[in-house]
Amino acid sequence: MASPLKCDLCSNQATVHLTQIVNHKVHKVDLCESCAQAKGVTDPSGFSLADLLLKASLNPEPSRSTGLKCEQCGYTPDEFKRTGRFGCPQCYSTFSAVLEPMLNNMHKGTAHTGKIPERALERKTLFDRLHKLQSDLQSAIDAERYEDAAKYRDEISQIRHAAGLTTTV
Amino acid sequence: MSLTVDSLLSSPAELTDNRSSNCAVVLMTRIRLARNLANHRFPGRADDEERREILARCQAAVLKTRSMKRGLSVAVTELDPLQRQVLVERHLISRELSEAKSGAAAVINKDQSVSVMINEEDHLRIQVMRNGFQLKKAWTAINTLDSALEGELDYAFSPELGYLTACPTNLGTGMRASAMMHLPALVIAGQMEKIVRAVNQLGMVVRGLFGEGSDATGSIFQISNQTTLGESEKDIVKRLQSVLQSIIEHELNARDKLLETAPAKLPDKIGRAYGILRHGHLISSSEAMNLLSLVRLGVDLGYFPDSHRLLIDRLFIEAQPGHILIGSGRSKLESDERDCLRASTLRTEFAKFSTPGYDSPGQN
Repeated sequence: MASPLKCDLCSNQATVHLTQIVNHKVHKVDLCESCAQAKGVTDPSGFSLADLLLKASLNPEPSRSTGLKCEQCGYTPDEFKRTGRFGCPQCYSTFSAVLEPMLNNMHKGTAHTGKIPERALERKTLFDRLHKLQSDLQSAIDAERYEDAAKYRDEISQIRHAAGLTTTV
Repeated sequence: MSLTVDSLLSSPAELTDNRSSNCAVVLMTRIRLARNLANHRFPGRADDEERREILARCQAAVLKTRSMKRGLSVAVTELDPLQRQVLVERHLISRELSEAKSGAAAVINKDQSVSVMINEEDHLRIQVMRNGFQLKKAWTAINTLDSALEGELDYAFSPELGYLTACPTNLGTGMRASAMMHLPALVIAGQMEKIVRAVNQLGMVVRGLFGEGSDATGSIFQISNQTTLGESEKDIVKRLQSVLQSIIEHELNARDKLLETAPAKLPDKIGRAYGILRHGHLISSSEAMNLLSLVRLGVDLGYFPDSHRLLIDRLFIEAQPGHILIGSGRSKLESDERDCLRASTLRTEFAKFSTPGYDSPGQN
């Protein structure tokens, strides 16, 4: 005999069963009465299924990837599960394995198709390029390859000039 | 020079003084964008020192933009609790920000149509509000401001996942577009539950007036997009626009139907509401919301002139507890003193109101 469904948020017996279709996909949430009330599911003024799905999908068994920690901010998967928030932008790549299956439930798609911060990205590309040239220049000087060094130096000042930066290297 | 809180609060505001755009059913439109700096921990994780550093960088960038440079820039800790409450009631800062600790701040422009919260859940929460139903204009305005900020700040952005936010439910566009809708006929006709379910299935969320967890006094509901990743900002706005349009139609149909099946019901409710607002002496804030809501319906139905709608929209905000207290000039009021003052303000305002004419029902 099938055991009664358990609440997705605690382990009590589930008596409220919700089905919502988001983006042609069926999502089911099973809740006990007190969690349903606490989450405002029974309230006609509405509730956020996204938040609920987020927490419910975080709940089951502790992560297999124990010991995983964000290098940038020290965040662990457990902390993420507890708060539903990340610690820093870097967490998105650290925890991509935990995150990916959730995004599918949470959003309309899993890839960004909206606005791109063009100027910020251009600036980043520019600084990455300059940084690379600076280190190339340094190693050329260290290796006494002065012809190469002169080439790098010219390229650096050209890029800086084009970007409207002051020309001192 | 920059504004002070008091001079900001006494300046004419987009939501309460802009005559150009008063609108039946939709009270206001709002869009917010969540943005974060690359190479910094999110506000919830950062320590005080890092939060202060984030604040300094964001504040400087915001104050450099054309629309914000003459605005009010203020740290939450510099505001007294009453000022915080008034800003929350005006939808200029969130409850979460008003309770925040060090490094939390807001920059608000003079007509109070733009506010940028710093160190809320994300480093930046940019918000644009417009009176009435103006989603596209709100998007144009916020997009311009966001692009200007991006010229100064390195946003945390991934080509695959979009703008990176503290909570993955905001990931991607980081955009929440919403409209505050006045749906009294759907509430009276008991159709709201059905609407909420239908709206949910379309991937939109329905909330009360003050966002998550708040109730829908005054039959005012906030409807917004639920998902932020996998769809462009323009598509989200377009989709929301069409959902809102169809809710407006449902509300207007429900009004017609009520007038047809029980012709005295709405005029009776509206007339009674007017009577209490005009002559009441103790009115709580939720009662005020419900009465004002009915009188707004009366304007839509042609019982009062269109020009009265703006006054009602202003009173929706000014009848809130914080506004009553700050208007009294006292530091504390018992709740019956507050209800008494509120009723007296409402009596004064409604003395200027025309007597309702019930001859042209169904016109708006």
